[in-house]
Amino acid sequence: MRDYSLIGPDAERAVAAGLAAADWYHSDIPRKEMKALMAREDGPAIRDTLILYGAMVLFAGLGIWLWPSWWSAPFWLAYGVLYGSASDSRWHECGHGTAFRTAWMNNAVYHIASFMIVRNPVTWRWSHARHHTDTIIVGRDPEIAVMRPPAALRLLSNFFGLADAWAGWNRMILNASGRQDPEEATFIPESERQKVVTVARVWVVIYAATIGLAVWTGSILPLMVIGLPRLYGAWHHVMTGLLQHGALADNVIDHRLNSRTVYMNPVSRFIYWNMNYHIEHHMFPMVPYHRLPDLHERIKDDLPAPTRSIWAGYREMLPVLMRQLRGQDLFLKRALPATARPYREELHMAAGQPAE
Amino acid sequence: MTDWIDACATDEIDEEDVIRFDHAGRTYAIYHSPDGAFYCTDGLCTHEQVHLAEGLVMDHVIECPKHNGQFDYRTGEAKRAPVCVNLATYPTRVEGGRVQIKVS
Ligand code: FES
Repeated sequence: MRDYSLIGPDAERAVAAGLAAADWYHSDIPRKEMKALMAREDGPAIRDTLILYGAMVLFAGLGIWLWPSWWSAPFWLAYGVLYGSASDSRWHECGHGTAFRTAWMNNAVYHIASFMIVRNPVTWRWSHARHHTDTIIVGRDPEIAVMRPPAALRLLSNFFGLADAWAGWNRMILNASGRQDPEEATFIPESERQKVVTVARVWVVIYAATIGLAVWTGSILPLMVIGLPRLYGAWHHVMTGLLQHGALADNVIDHRLNSRTVYMNPVSRFIYWNMNYHIEHHMFPMVPYHRLPDLHERIKDDLPAPTRSIWAGYREMLPVLMRQLRGQDLFLKRALPATARPYREELHMAAGQPAE
Repeated sequence: MTDWIDACATDEIDEEDVIRFDHAGRTYAIYHSPDGAFYCTDGLCTHEQVHLAEGLVMDHVIECPKHNGQFDYRTGEAKRAPVCVNLATYPTRVEGGRVQIKVS
């Protein structure tokens, strides 16, 4: 039985086994090419941000205008996905600081996205750093979405944001009262803790004002704009997010074994900001989202074949998750092409049994 | 007294780039800034022990390849989380087309 707590026995085991902060596999790319791939620019992210925020204003405006008619529903659904799902990828890319070249632009979008996705921007910067150091290492990675066996109800409820957003709001109240969760304390340095509290207090004020307005007007409309879209628009980021590592290996130090690259339609790629190239992102987190397709072309011969669609991803992932639910401790191991450098099996003994 | 140590030729580092230099069991990063000057810092990030020479130089900032933490490589100042601890810096000079560093 795995213990996913960061302060439990698996955390100690991972450190003892040399899996914490280990030396991970990287595909070979000459420095000159890598530099070109890592280069930063503002243009693509400014364009995408204008489209995103413009579309949000438009959809919310139409939703408000048609409210309370059912004709407003499609506009809320569209707005909700941008608020409750596109915010996940903006949080992610701007947290890495790779989306824009200009630091304040990354920070501005990061803070707005963090609010919408209900992730404290200070806490989650640190948790995500740990996710990159110890990707899917049990007891070390605080961002393992699909555990083994999978917490099926929790996963399903997250399609409507229920477990995650609820946890985020609870954490906000805890932090706003000046306290901190003990697990968070394992990855947030002391010097950053006051910032966690300050952000949480600002958020509480925003939510209080929104709820106050809803009570005052006797309508849930203000909450349709702020807060609730984190629930009714969450499904897309959960749908794409579960594919990142779901049913793949844990306790390995090769992203080709624990991450999944999936080809997706252009709308999903816009919402997800190209994080469907997930092996590439983990191997080279310095490469901005808009260069990931180029990076993919460059190293795909060294990676397992990409999954052809979201649908194909679920078809390969669900049967393995079902077997894990029935108590079998196995994972999906994708074959490498003949052109790839082989997996170093001796480093991956802790991964357990591949599914046939 | 500390001597100057010969590290590399000036044309071994592109402008706005960095290379790794190992000496006496330690590792350093040597930078060529966009305005043509050379700088030297410790080679490993202060967050986790990752070689900065695989990172990205932008103006006077080095971004770490692991978690995108940033330092000003002229002063070693930590500029962006998750790095909080400054990086040690060392004097450099150019002699006869060679970059030299002074490490204690
Ligand atoms: S190792 Fe350099 S930022 Fe984390």
